Amino acid sequence: MRGLVIPSVLLILWEAGSRLGVLPPDSTSRPSDIVRAFVQAMADGSLLRDTWLTFEAALLGLVIAGVLGILLGAILGLSPRTERTVGPSIEALRPIPAVALIPLALLVFGFGLRMEAAVVAFAALWPVLLMTVAAVRGVEPRLLELSRSLEFSFSQQLMKIVLPAAFGRIAVGLRLALAISLVVAVTVEIVLNPRGLGHSMIGAQQALRSDLMYAQLLWLGFVGWALNKVAQR
Amino acid sequence: MIAARNIGVSFGSRPVLAEVAFEVPAGQFLCIVGPSGCGKTTLLRVLAGLITPSTGKVTVDGQAVRGPARSRAIVFQDYTKALLPWRTVAGNVALGLEACGIAEPERSNRVERLLAKMGLGHCAGHYPAQLSGGMQQRVQIARALGQDPQLLLMDEPFGALDAITRQGLQDEVARIAAEQKTTVVFITHDLEEAIYLGDQVIVLASNPGRVAERITVEIPRPRSQLETREDQRFLAYRHRLFGLLKH
Repeated sequence: MRGLVIPSVLLILWEAGSRLGVLPPDSTSRPSDIVRAFVQAMADGSLLRDTWLTFEAALLGLVIAGVLGILLGAILGLSPRTERTVGPSIEALRPIPAVALIPLALLVFGFGLRMEAAVVAFAALWPVLLMTVAAVRGVEPRLLELSRSLEFSFSQQLMKIVLPAAFGRIAVGLRLALAISLVVAVTVEIVLNPRGLGHSMIGAQQALRSDLMYAQLLWLGFVGWALNKVAQR
Repeated sequence: MIAARNIGVSFGSRPVLAEVAFEVPAGQFLCIVGPSGCGKTTLLRVLAGLITPSTGKVTVDGQAVRGPARSRAIVFQDYTKALLPWRTVAGNVALGLEACGIAEPERSNRVERLLAKMGLGHCAGHYPAQLSGGMQQRVQIARALGQDPQLLLMDEPFGALDAITRQGLQDEVARIAAEQKTTVVFITHDLEEAIYLGDQVIVLASNPGRVAERITVEIPRPRSQLETREDQRFLAYRHRLFGLLKH
């Protein structure tokens, strides 16, 4: 409860400041206007629709990154020889900022879901991949010997021994990837993809609807927080 | 019959085993005893096919061993690391059956029988971490038996257990091996355990690990913890081998 004191005081000062004309009206809407814009955007469904579009791209990218990252990570973690062959190429790709791939993704996929998901997948791949490699390397060697002596196939070894044993640490990688995927999806929309929350925020800003922009910003913050809470279970 | 022919293993330039040779007829119980660091565990891994020896080979019924196989089940010493902590006791025992491609409902039936055989019926739904060391080792033995192995390889399976639990499990392993006519190779550092369980006992000497002595134990089965250990023959074997285990 004590934590609410500062935000409440700031809100009151903010509202009073803009009513008295102390704050610049273009960049700082009144809290009451923001609430009105939020209610309206909720009521006409535009906010939820935009949220879904952003989610869709973030989740699709996350799923691609998750599947690729876990599979590739398991192979690299289990086979030092493959790691020595593929590792340097991966290290060369990893430093590329995902956002720098937006022009290329646009060229390949055009505007829309696929292009956005591709950029998200590239960004979200690394934490999953690196955590999976480390997790698989940390699997108890006795269990791998057991798996060999039971003559498990590669996929059986993966499903019955390696992935369950490494699950805890892989989940950490997926959680990091989830946070990244939302950030990247919104970024792609703000930069150029004409869909989702990021695009609507740019629209609101250009239409000088800073009340709506604030409403979307706060909503995005809430969504990100809620998503993290869900992922921590 | 399983035969070790002139097995030599080197890690780098360090020889670990040299010219180890023996034969175990089908259904026999071989105990390999030796001081720590004499290469006992390495030898067991060679028999399992987990390590390829630098020289020599292992044959099973005349066929050279080229890698691990389900027909050669391993019971590891460190049971806490060899069981799947996310699976229940029943789930762990089922693993060997899954490897053999045995489908439900047959699998559940067999798991139930294996659990009953190892006295684990009441804790089928428990997780390994909830069990005592002795019970966890029973789970590992049940899992190994589920593979229906021709050869059971046991690596100091009772080394970490207290004396009473150990004696109970010795008798159970002896009973099961006799019932199923499984060939057993049993590694231990406990000379009395080796004589008590074995039809044949091999003593390894260190640096590099090599066969120092081999005896055939002429004490009839079933053996008993009290009488067998007081038997004149038992004491004579113990006398004869004891000196070999001193450093």
